[in-house]
Amino acid sequence: MIKATITVKLKPGVLDPQGEAVKKALHTLGFDEVSDLRIGKTMEVWLSADDPAQAEERVQAMCEKLLANPVIETYSFSVEEGL
Amino acid sequence: MRFAVPVFPGSNCDVDCVKAVEEVLEQPVDLVWHTQTDLSVYDAIILPGGFSYGDYLRTGALARFSPVMEGVREAAEKGKLVVGICNGFQILLEAGLLPGAMRRNDHLQFRCDIQLLRVENARLPFTRDYREGETIRIPIAHGEGNYYCDEETLAEIKRNNQIVFRYAGENPNGSVDDIAGIVNREGNVLGMMPHPERAVHRWMGSADGVRFFTSMLKYWRESGAA
Repeated sequence: MIKATITVKLKPGVLDPQGEAVKKALHTLGFDEVSDLRIGKTMEVWLSADDPAQAEERVQAMCEKLLANPVIETYSFSVEEGL
Repeated sequence: MRFAVPVFPGSNCDVDCVKAVEEVLEQPVDLVWHTQTDLSVYDAIILPGGFSYGDYLRTGALARFSPVMEGVREAAEKGKLVVGICNGFQILLEAGLLPGAMRRNDHLQFRCDIQLLRVENARLPFTRDYREGETIRIPIAHGEGNYYCDEETLAEIKRNNQIVFRYAGENPNGSVDDIAGIVNREGNVLGMMPHPERAVHRWMGSADGVRFFTSMLKYWRESGAA
């Protein structure tokens, strides 16, 4: 078994209204030092596979085809064995 | 002129679209389940609003891989008319049939209102019964209508007159360049956040959506496809 952890983020420069709202809430709570906050997504994917290199290729294809929208998002991931 | 309205799990404006076609145009229209792949008998396809697949992952991201989208893509390539309204617009963006992407409204609220739109291009199959520059009243109802594209794409769609509708006055979602609706380069695939099918009788608050539908029928008759 191989586990992939995928992070999808909004590209820099793409407005993140959720992040802005949460930042304002933190300011309201007194966390004045928060200068910026951006919200992304983490996905954990378990693959029935043995070869990490091959799994990486598959996960990359998943990101490109569905998990991230290249117009507004970037993605990164790591794979771990035996989880 | 035969219309198809594909229905995805979570679509909720499908019947509104059917009624608009029936009542405004008196033309045949079928609800088509998302598992159907062959749409070749139809002259126009309207992807309805709603929350296909619960808007999971991203709006339109999962619907884009529904079997019916094969038929939609084929129709688009053949030059038939394809319209995406609200969630339908989001699906067309995810499918790459229109440029850009959709983000959450900049104020984070779901906005439901009648909105003023300016008709920016009245030479399209969808707008020929409007006057260019005319202001019309069409309802919106969305939480993610904040259209985005990069500057290069914006310059390109401006150059090709692909911006069909802009919000006149207040921009209800923060979209780039006040964009409310666009077409593809060929002009046969249109996506818009406002709902013309909800503005086809005066008792609805506006009947300005009528001409959206009559434009399509007129185009179809004039193009010799009839």
